[in-house]
Amino acid sequence: MGAYLHGFGAYLPERVVPNVELAERVGKTSEWIESVSGIQERRWARPEETVADMGVAAAEDCLRKAGIAANTLGMLMVSSGSGSRGFPGPAAEVAARLGLDSTPAIDLPIASAGSLFGLALAMRLAETQGDILVVAAEKMSALIENDPNTAILFGDGAGAALVSARPGRWRMLDAVLHTDGQSRDALAFDGTGPLKMNGLTVILQAARKIPSSITEVLARQNISAQQVTAFLLHQANLNLVTRVAKSLGVDPEKMFSNVQRYGNTSSASMLIAASEWAETNPAPGPIVFSAFGAGFHWGAIVADSTA
Amino acid sequence: MPPDSTRRQRLRILVQEVAGKPAPADEQESLFESGLLDSFALPDLVSAIEKEFGIKVPDSDLNPRKFDSIDRMDAYLADHS
Repeated sequence: MGAYLHGFGAYLPERVVPNVELAERVGKTSEWIESVSGIQERRWARPEETVADMGVAAAEDCLRKAGIAANTLGMLMVSSGSGSRGFPGPAAEVAARLGLDSTPAIDLPIASAGSLFGLALAMRLAETQGDILVVAAEKMSALIENDPNTAILFGDGAGAALVSARPGRWRMLDAVLHTDGQSRDALAFDGTGPLKMNGLTVILQAARKIPSSITEVLARQNISAQQVTAFLLHQANLNLVTRVAKSLGVDPEKMFSNVQRYGNTSSASMLIAASEWAETNPAPGPIVFSAFGAGFHWGAIVADSTA
Repeated sequence: MPPDSTRRQRLRILVQEVAGKPAPADEQESLFESGLLDSFALPDLVSAIEKEFGIKVPDSDLNPRKFDSIDRMDAYLADHS
């Protein structure tokens, strides 16, 4: 037995927001935005488009690709740090709109790292719960104003992954999760906004904790970083992704990256990246997921292809 | 503990190596607010300090304020060497 990843899904809003549209608003140039983040453009949801709308779209994409009907799900998890109300979180609405009326649906309000935590929990619950759909949806554009340190980074979107105890495309081997609340104010949204971020603290901690959690989970499975065929990380910032590659001593080309086109979509980004990566007919071999986010929460998961 | 001029000189060399520019004459000046270092240079600076001084900065000490100036880095090393 064990847990397997059967497929991924994604949804990105239609509206493309290039750097030039933000540059004047934040008093910077397009070139500056790209140099500090690697981001060239991001997607923003329509004003009336909600976290649940995007979550449902990504969920349906994932279920279609995995060949699973929603009514067979044993559990739903929805990660979001940008839901429109305190409670109930978006999990209940996503479940209802998928036609589920008694399947447990859990919210994971963990910005940036929520999808990683969801996958790790699903890995451990799949044997008893059956098929588990992990969804991450974020409307980060609603949480930003004109602070150049945050307004340039974030985008909207949703991703999803199906985890099952039935054999599938990738076997989930191991996961490590960590939380340290000492810096909980370094990246926070108080419900009224805008989002607050101490970039120096976040980058300093993330640059250390992402590689260390990847090293930790790989060591437990006797897999070297060089053996990993693809790293599917939270797409926070291209400079951070590149730095993680350097810390691990791996080719930066192994770091799948789409932050250039979508910006930082918080907890959705890792699953959006996984969805796009899975469409590229990836080479077989071990893959690693990793994320770091508000809290701080961070960790890593290793999986291996089954064919 | 009084400032250690040798240690400060070594710190100045590290800052120059990471920033690609000389460290400021004012050793209390913020390396980040002055624009000499950005957020992505900070992890490099901490790694360089660990290597140069043979210490391990624990995650609980990964606070930018501790590495904000030559003065503060020297004070950190005085406490942890």
